Amino acid sequence: MELYRAHVLVCAGAGCISSGCQAVKSALEESIDRLGLKREVKVVETGCMGPCDLGPVIVVYPEGVFYRQLKPADAVEIAEEHLLKGRVVERLLYKAPENGKTAVTSDQIDFFKKQTRIALRNTGIINPESVEEYIARDGYRALGKVLTTMTPQEVIECIKKSGLRGRGGAGFPTGLKWEFSAKAPGKPRYVVCNADEGDPGAFMDRSILEGDPHSVLEAMAICGYAIGSNQGYVYVRAEYPLAVQRLSLAIEKAREYGLLGENIFGTGFSFDVEIRVGAGAFVCGEETALLASIEGRRGEPRPRPPFPAQEGLWGKPTVINNVETWANIPPIILKGPEWFASIGTEKSKGTKVFALAGKVNNTGLVEVPMGTTLREIIFDIGGGIPGGKQFKAAQTGGPSGGCIPARYLDVPVDYESLTRLGAIMGSGGLIIMDEDTCMVDLARFFLEFVQDESCGKCSPCRIGTKRMLEIVERITRGEGRDGDIELLEELGHGIKSSALCGLGQTAPNPVLSTIRHFRDEYEAHIYHKKCPAGVCRALMVYAIDEEKCNGCGRCALVCPAGAVYGEKKKPHRIDLEKCLRCGTCMEKCKFGAIYTI
Amino acid sequence: MKSLAELDKLREKLQEEMRLREGKEDVKVVVTMGTCGIASGAREVLTAILEEISKRGLKGVTVTQTGCAGLCHCEPLVEVERPGRDKVTYGHVDEKKAREIVVSHLVNGQIIKEWTIK
Ligand SMILES: Cc1cc2nc3c(=O)[nH]c(=O)nc-3n(C[C@H](O)[C@H](O)[C@H](O)COP(=O)(O)O)c2cc1C
Ligand code: SF4
Ligand code: SF4
Ligand code: SF4
Ligand code: FES
Ligand code: FES
Repeated sequence: MELYRAHVLVCAGAGCISSGCQAVKSALEESIDRLGLKREVKVVETGCMGPCDLGPVIVVYPEGVFYRQLKPADAVEIAEEHLLKGRVVERLLYKAPENGKTAVTSDQIDFFKKQTRIALRNTGIINPESVEEYIARDGYRALGKVLTTMTPQEVIECIKKSGLRGRGGAGFPTGLKWEFSAKAPGKPRYVVCNADEGDPGAFMDRSILEGDPHSVLEAMAICGYAIGSNQGYVYVRAEYPLAVQRLSLAIEKAREYGLLGENIFGTGFSFDVEIRVGAGAFVCGEETALLASIEGRRGEPRPRPPFPAQEGLWGKPTVINNVETWANIPPIILKGPEWFASIGTEKSKGTKVFALAGKVNNTGLVEVPMGTTLREIIFDIGGGIPGGKQFKAAQTGGPSGGCIPARYLDVPVDYESLTRLGAIMGSGGLIIMDEDTCMVDLARFFLEFVQDESCGKCSPCRIGTKRMLEIVERITRGEGRDGDIELLEELGHGIKSSALCGLGQTAPNPVLSTIRHFRDEYEAHIYHKKCPAGVCRALMVYAIDEEKCNGCGRCALVCPAGAVYGEKKKPHRIDLEKCLRCGTCMEKCKFGAIYTI
Repeated sequence: MKSLAELDKLREKLQEEMRLREGKEDVKVVVTMGTCGIASGAREVLTAILEEISKRGLKGVTVTQTGCAGLCHCEPLVEVERPGRDKVTYGHVDEKKAREIVVSHLVNGQIIKEWTIK
């Protein structure tokens, strides 16, 4: 064991890697070396700390000073000033966008202060490549406790009592699922971690795997003991190479320490985990498709029942849970189900991790107690909407979910409340939209996504979503007809009730929910040929402001349709019959004379 | 890992290293390291303190450094702060004194009066 006087945590989550944390880390290490501080200061790489848009970020302990948006030269300065002389580098601290107030440590920043971290308890705090750091933070103690002091039934009771529900989307009670598997006949049994994470924009599961891989392994072993299984699989998409790498290393280290493998803690219980890398099709996140893919078959869903808990991998009882669900297990065992159940709302216990994205000041990874209002997430933690724009709606649950309009800002975020609004909790994608977002266009985006990802096995989904997409596209082109909204609703409900798997059953949700909350916007497109948000290009009318136009002729030069006419040095005009609404002229006009109505 | 006891032992050892990141209130040892402090051997003092704490497996001690304390003639300075007690400042500390401060003050709770200043 080495004792240091300072630890510098460098975030090496995917966000910070893409903003250049490796160069910052090298600069830091070089300076520490040069200043002769190597024996005193330890540099540690961690997983995502959360505020990804501030990356690269580092935290210096023991003071807990938080530095953000660093360049390599800044790292040199931090080494020379803070680490050598003990002077905090003011200039590199976080300043709140609302009031310019400087925060020295992360616990002075609202983004961190308002969070409750259970699933993310170690992410951004420990070195994910060090099993020792995980152990120091109570890692594998829950597994030890379970193996030495609890019966499998007691473990299942504990999880049931905690009220934990699946974080992968559907929210099924986790303890109940384990019980089904434990009671199902058939051996061997299997434990599976679903790390497919296909929602566009979501990165909660990736961050946990990259930042705290042992928490998932430990939880899977606990489940193995509870249901009588000795083999686990983690199914992770190939697009997550860093997660795969850290997880592989974690498995290796856990085996070295005898925390996975034969006769764990000398109790006679054996459990091991293997990784299966998937090609990254969205439908492979659906549990039956995922299991097929692990077995080496095509990743296509099959009808349920039988549920995987009864007939899963190779027809044997299989518990499949989401990454975040797993990450919650060890603290529940250690702190007790009552503790967990005391957080959250009556029917939604614990916390939820969200990937906050879109038109919000602080994007990144946040974990809040269930029942936190949307307003708190967007305005207190997220820091509000940039550019003084109005909040319009939030989209949860990605392509299976729906939107929540501004008038429901005070809705508590829990499974039931969101479902009531026609949105879903989903796996944690949370996209914030401002007044510039067109809801019809948003629906089109998700529909296009599911249409692309539909496996084609059943016709309601394959053909139905295609028909819906055609209609929505037509509407955004200004060719919507009377009756289209009703037709979309009818098709949507039809697909929901007849598609084979969850993908098809939820695919119409983004359309249905935008129709429900923003029907007027559909009507504006269809009946008035207008896109109120000014997004759908085909519905825009381009015009030239005669006051501002000096007749330079650039627009006429670039117009692909020859739609601009006018004499040199005199105001130009646009022939709307010819205009293709491509927007090129507006982009090129140096005098801002072209506008849209 | 042969047993849970083995894990517990390992964890206790490892926790000391990680305690730095918890921000808990505990004993703080501060070495002043301005330009003159470093020139008069503050770096060696700091290393000695870290080594001694580590060797004795002392728990709950954070070692930090600060810049110039404005007492150049007394450097290197070592301050010991226990929660709820007055700060004790030692002057003209060298490696040997540093090790003794750890043993006497931190382990046994005895302030070495003759080395303190103020
Ligand atoms: C189309 C589709 C995609 C899905 N993708 C994922 C996914 O990426 N990750 C995930 O954990 N669950 C996903 N699910 C949910 C899984 O089928 C399953 O319910 C979940 O893994 C169960 O774990 P949980 O109870 O811990 O949430 C998806 C479901 C559907 C229908
Ligand atoms: S609903 Fe869609 S994704 Fe699911 S089985 Fe049918 S075609 Fe495939
Ligand atoms: S580019 Fe702008 S200023 Fe020039 S002619 Fe066109 S509208 Fe007028
Ligand atoms: S929008 Fe395109 S087609 Fe229409 S006038 Fe401008 S450049 Fe020409
Ligand atoms: S990746 Fe660094 S804060 Fe998210
Ligand atoms: S530089 Fe050491 S007291 Fe001033």
